[in-house]
Amino acid sequence: MNPATTALRAGWTRGRIELRQSFTNGADLFAHFLWPGLMVATMFFIRDMSFGTSGLLLGTLALPSILGMNVATGMISMSQQLTADREDGTLLRAKATPHGMPAYLIGKVISVSGSLLADLVIFLVPGMLIVEGLRIGPGTWPTLGWVLVLGLVATLPLGAVLGSAFASARAQGLIQLPYLALIGISGIFYPITALPEWLQWIAQVFPIYWMGLGMRSALLPDSAATVEIGESWRHLETVSVLGVWAVLGLLVAPVVLRRMARGESGSTVAARRERALQRVQ
Amino acid sequence: MTTDEKVVLEVDGLRMRYGSVDVLHDVTFQARHGEVLALLGPNGAGKTTTIEILEGFRTRSQGQVKVLGTDPEHGDERWRARLGVVLQSWRDHGKWRVGEFLAHLGTYYAAYATPRIQRPWNADELIKTVGLTEHAGKKLRTLSGGQRRRLDVAIGLVGRPELLFLDEPTSSFDPQARQMLHDLVRRLVGTGETTVLLTTHDLAEAEKLADRILVLNGGRIIADGTVGDLAQRIAGQDEVRWLRGGQRFVERTTDSTAFARELFARYGDDIQELEVHRASLEQTYLSLVHQAESTLEVTR
Repeated sequence: MNPATTALRAGWTRGRIELRQSFTNGADLFAHFLWPGLMVATMFFIRDMSFGTSGLLLGTLALPSILGMNVATGMISMSQQLTADREDGTLLRAKATPHGMPAYLIGKVISVSGSLLADLVIFLVPGMLIVEGLRIGPGTWPTLGWVLVLGLVATLPLGAVLGSAFASARAQGLIQLPYLALIGISGIFYPITALPEWLQWIAQVFPIYWMGLGMRSALLPDSAATVEIGESWRHLETVSVLGVWAVLGLLVAPVVLRRMARGESGSTVAARRERALQRVQ
Repeated sequence: MTTDEKVVLEVDGLRMRYGSVDVLHDVTFQARHGEVLALLGPNGAGKTTTIEILEGFRTRSQGQVKVLGTDPEHGDERWRARLGVVLQSWRDHGKWRVGEFLAHLGTYYAAYATPRIQRPWNADELIKTVGLTEHAGKKLRTLSGGQRRRLDVAIGLVGRPELLFLDEPTSSFDPQARQMLHDLVRRLVGTGETTVLLTTHDLAEAEKLADRILVLNGGRIIADGTVGDLAQRIAGQDEVRWLRGGQRFVERTTDSTAFARELFARYGDDIQELEVHRASLEQTYLSLVHQAESTLEVTR
């Protein structure tokens, strides 16, 4: 094996092992089913409500939107795992190992997107049984595929940046608030056109809205586009906005990650643990 | 082998400053290939800072540092693969299993095997060497403190390092585990391929393992030498006791042999129950640290 492939192979192995671990222990399994379970329950309650005079059912609109939102949660888990791995020294171990950092990152991308994919299936299968009015045609899965991949590329590097910037688990908690607010205005549970226009503009800056829109375009009949901004699926705009976020993330993440990694040493990990223990007491 | 290769560690005028506080002042020392060097000193002396700079985890303020011929701030992956790092405490990879984790980490080193050094160390063999065979299937977070520490040492060794850093290796070890580590270090050094830099505040450990001891105190190296050198450096350390005319005498001297010779020359058969107590490393160390501290008081 030559040095260049070491990182790739080791990263792949790491990702697979971490993925297996996350589906073979109680706490993680619970988390895998909790969120999709809650979302399925939500859809069950709104499945018969209709949106205005459009004749569209809220449940039908929400299923693909939630799917899009769930892709964005990969950003949050990336960020949280990075912080946790910094606190327990996993990242420092990577730093002490040849090719450890790239292998760590590749592994993380594989395990985060792998468990995300599983979570999407856990949500989608029961969801499709509850909700009526979806349109599953030959274009459905390719569209769903590119929205998923582009969404991941747009959000995972961002998650890595957030994980590097917010060092403690406590600071990670603070990220959740604006994230939830953003979900609230991104047209996930209710069409965005019902919101004031200035809020619509804010939502359209961030990836979540576009991932929801992309998923709706994959799973809903074209007639449903009437409740969207501009009464269109706006694929070109979706690709552009998500693309800009992807490029931005891929440019910034390596710089921020490198700077963060440079600061890691045995004593910084120990000092952080000391602070964390003091908070607990 | 060239002379460059023989010196594995070269530190010259190393300084470390945090804000306006100097943690290390002008630290200079070398380690030769195959040597076990102990960095001994009280807490806060700068041992961990020194070792982190050498590991490439911390940027120094001033001075020249060469580790395996490379400045640690510019060390590449090939350089990294030749080092083994055992930090004071590790809690990482809690969900991984012992055998699985060691085998996985080993794969990172395979590309750096040389005709002389086979990399990595076989995981099962290594687990057996550190006495963890019956725990090989356990998750890391379920290991006891001592078991975890043995694993940390095993991880430090999995790439068959040419230079091994051991930061307080036997803290939280029971006597048995300590013996295991000491044997392991001696065996490693016996192969002639591994140089070891260990920090400790356990004097007996330094005495047992190290070819050479550096005493670090207040960010300065206050002594550098073999155990014998250090003992000799302190004046009045050997203690001579004897009995003459029913009276007990105690005297401290640097040269106990000459002192005893003179004693016999003067009193001959009157001298009874002569005892000579060599300076122990502990006494040597304590008086060194004490000396250094009182000099500092004076210079302040």
